[in-house]
Amino acid sequence: MYCRPPKSRKLKPGEIQMDKHDNNDKTIFGFWVYLMTDLVMFAALFATFAVLRNNTFGGPQAGELFSLPFALSETLILLTSSFTCGLGILSARSGDKNKTILLFASTFVLGTAFLAMELSEFSHLISEGNGFQRSAFLSSFFTLVGTHGLHIAAGLVWMGILIVRILKRGLTDSVLRKLTLLSLFWHFLDIVWIFIFSIVYLIGVI
Amino acid sequence: MNKEHLGHGTVRSYLTGFILSISLTLLVFFLVNLHISSGHITISHELLTGAIIVLALAQLVVQLIFFLYLAGRGSSARWNLVVFLSTASIVLIIVIGSIWIMNHLNYNMMSGSNMNVYMQNEEGIHK
Repeated sequence: MYCRPPKSRKLKPGEIQMDKHDNNDKTIFGFWVYLMTDLVMFAALFATFAVLRNNTFGGPQAGELFSLPFALSETLILLTSSFTCGLGILSARSGDKNKTILLFASTFVLGTAFLAMELSEFSHLISEGNGFQRSAFLSSFFTLVGTHGLHIAAGLVWMGILIVRILKRGLTDSVLRKLTLLSLFWHFLDIVWIFIFSIVYLIGVI
Repeated sequence: MNKEHLGHGTVRSYLTGFILSISLTLLVFFLVNLHISSGHITISHELLTGAIIVLALAQLVVQLIFFLYLAGRGSSARWNLVVFLSTASIVLIIVIGSIWIMNHLNYNMMSGSNMNVYMQNEEGIHK
């Protein structure tokens, strides 16, 4: 299945034609392998956080810093954006251009809201003197959550570019393939966030 | 031709995944909220930590199945699953291994005064 992509030449008798669907499968598989390496990086950051979470150096602990309702609303916003992203890819496949744009635009708005909340939490922490320099716990917190935020920001830029492309050229095969990859990326970030919510926020405050 | 595999869900699967994820998130949130508002006495700290991790893993499985369609049929879906499972084993080794090693390190490198407190509080050994 995952052999070398076919060169444009005449097929020998009995040779199997690699169709577009097979190539899309390979693209998806390659992107999935990238996501898995990204997962290993997040695992290293999670391990760092888990090891350093009690090293507060006399500074505040997780329970004194984080607000659970705030983190819950972040989670629900990201979860909903994952859902609208999934519906967006379905309407893109059925060829409904306006609905696709509407759904990805709502995903974009929800993602931006999530990122804004994350940044406001960061600036709140830093303004109270609890920046990443404060303790090993806060360094690992800012690295883990900040890396996730950077991924979200990159995903938003990518989504913006694709929305403009749909507006200009419609739902071409190339756009459709990229939308599929973007949706995988977005679902992946949602899953990573579930673990940030559970391990950093929930276990932090109990 | 559009078989069910990675990134090829249906409205039904997305809706199921969404509802299940929301329910799991709210469930774990209220569990923790109940624990805090009752003054940390409902269940033990270790048990609640375990419950939070189990619920997070449940949500991982829900999203992998209903959002990413990882458990689909066909040879490409199987390869995606193989890569995921091998990565998951690496993730477990990194996370559990780090926590295990660093806990032992902290235990063995404890300073004298910390060790007295630790032995009295955690191990019930008194002078």
